[in-house]
Amino acid sequence: MEKTLAGQTVNVTEEGYLTDKSQWNKEIAVEIAKEVGIEELTSRHWEVIEFLQKDYEETGKIPTIRRVKKVGEISTKDLYELFPEGPLMKASKIAGLSKPASCV
Amino acid sequence: MSGEEKIKKVSIIFSKGSLEAIYPGLIMANGARMQGIEVNLFFTFFGMEAITKKKMDKVKVATVGNPAMGIPTLIGGLPGMSAFATNKMKKQMDELDIPPIPEFIEMINDAGGTIYACLATVEMFKLSREDFCDELEDIITVGDFYDLSAGGQIIFT
Repeated sequence: MEKTLAGQTVNVTEEGYLTDKSQWNKEIAVEIAKEVGIEELTSRHWEVIEFLQKDYEETGKIPTIRRVKKVGEISTKDLYELFPEGPLMKASKIAGLSKPASCV
Repeated sequence: MSGEEKIKKVSIIFSKGSLEAIYPGLIMANGARMQGIEVNLFFTFFGMEAITKKKMDKVKVATVGNPAMGIPTLIGGLPGMSAFATNKMKKQMDELDIPPIPEFIEMINDAGGTIYACLATVEMFKLSREDFCDELEDIITVGDFYDLSAGGQIIFT
C-alpha cells in the first residue's frame, strides 16, 4: 500500500515497513520514529540505524540482537533503552528495512 | 495482526535441566522481550542448572529416554553420546545466533527479563545466592512467583 511520509509517497506493508529501500531517507526515518513512539532520533539511534543498514547490505539479512552487540558493538541494554518495546522491529522499520524474521 | 488484545506479560517456568528443555524457554523469553512483552523467568528443580554458575555452561542434551533424537536408548547411553549430541546441537544453534546458555541468560537480563530461583528447590539442593549467576534477581517462593505473574500468561516448560 501507499503512504505519505515527510511529503513523499512511499510503498509500505500493512504494518508500515517500507517495501522499497530506495525510497528511504532521513526525513522519512524521523517520521517513522515518531509513529513508533520515538520523539527524537539522537546520534546513538542513528548508530543503530546505520549499522542495521550496513549489515543488511553486506549479508542480505537483518542482524540479530546478538549480532548487533557483537559486530555492531551496541549493547543489548542500550538497544532496548533506545528503542523500547520491540527494539529490533522498531529500529528496522525506521531504517527502511523489512520486518525482522528471526526468533532471536 | 489479530484484533485480540496483545499479550503484555509472560512468566516462564523452567523445571528441567536438559539443553532441549532449557533452550526453548530461553528463546520464548527473549522473543517476548523482542516483542515488547514483560517477562519473568522462574527456575525450579533441575531447571536451576541454567542459572547455577558451575553448571550453566555444562547443560547437555538428553540422549536417553528421548525418542525424538532417533538414537536407540542403549546407544544413547554409551559414554560420550550426550556430549557429542550436545556439541552438535550447540554448533547448529550458534549458526542461528542462538547463544550458549550463560550468554543467553545475560542477553535476556540485559533485555529487561527478570530471573528468579525457586526457594523450595534452593533449600532442597542446599544452595545459596553465591551459587547463582549475577543475573539472578531474587530467590522467591511459589506464592511470590504467582504474585508477580498476576495479570499475565504463565508458560511451563
